[in-house]
Amino acid sequence: MFNVSPLMIPVVPFGIIFGVLAIDLGLNAYTTMGMSIIIFGGASQIIFLQLFSAGASSLIILSSVGAVNSRHLLYGAVLSEHLSDLRLFWKIILSYFLVDQAFAVSHDYLKKSKDKNRYFHLFGAGATCWIIWQITTFLGIILGSIVPDKLGLTFAIPLTFLALLVNDFRKLINVLVIIVSGFIATYGYEIIPFKAYVIVSALAGLFVAYILTKLIEKKNG
Amino acid sequence: MVDWLIIIYCGLITFFTRFSMIALLKKEMFNNRIREVLSYVPSAIFPAIIFPAIFLDNTGSMVIMDNPKIIAAVIATIIGVISKNILATIFSGLFSYWLMIFFNY
Repeated sequence: MFNVSPLMIPVVPFGIIFGVLAIDLGLNAYTTMGMSIIIFGGASQIIFLQLFSAGASSLIILSSVGAVNSRHLLYGAVLSEHLSDLRLFWKIILSYFLVDQAFAVSHDYLKKSKDKNRYFHLFGAGATCWIIWQITTFLGIILGSIVPDKLGLTFAIPLTFLALLVNDFRKLINVLVIIVSGFIATYGYEIIPFKAYVIVSALAGLFVAYILTKLIEKKNG
Repeated sequence: MVDWLIIIYCGLITFFTRFSMIALLKKEMFNNRIREVLSYVPSAIFPAIIFPAIFLDNTGSMVIMDNPKIIAAVIATIIGVISKNILATIFSGLFSYWLMIFFNY
């Protein structure tokens, strides 16, 4: 019925890595599980851990999570044309479940299907992600109490985000944006106050993207 | 100790970024420019997490020489671009990192 399974596979290591890291960084099992249920967003949760362990303030954690999530504005905008007739109840439910993987699988389906109940596909994809996310977080929590800190599993954080970017390395503008953002974050890490380096670098990267796309538009127009 | 309130606020922010567009938007409100720039959000924000975690040590100073993380990240990127596979990217990076640590120390 649902064709989410191939895309679910990457959710598994993310969940486990999140659980293991949270325990390694000193969170207890309840808060770790609570984060997966309340926030339900891999990138948000991992950046939360990263900034929390670096001693960032609540405000910085919040705004960085907000910045990471700004990509969801795009998903919502893209999906809204298919979901505009739904009742508020369903909009709320679907919003909670709208994670990257669910968006990726359901977007194609929603474009093709004419079925009145086609939004159910998105619900199924999101709910499947949810169940896998909770189970793998739980597994991570158990593993986290066994795995020694020395394994350097914190290195899994940059690797998981790197994995999400691999398709962008093929496009020139993306590569330039990646370099600008990464450069500013690395050199600004100690200089930019309040650990706001994530937001500052992201804004600089988006600004570069804005300029470059505008230049290309001009050239073609 | 992590404050439950921060977690709840983060949950709310996550929910509302997902919800706001579905609930409020008419498709005409987003022009193609904004759409295009938003599509660069991952490329703009993920490097800010990736680069410092690779190039900086625990104290925040830059480590270029004798840094197995840089080599492991390069290997992971190459494997990732070739295979387009998320799992292959993560594990090639992690295993090459472990191998280097194992043989160096």
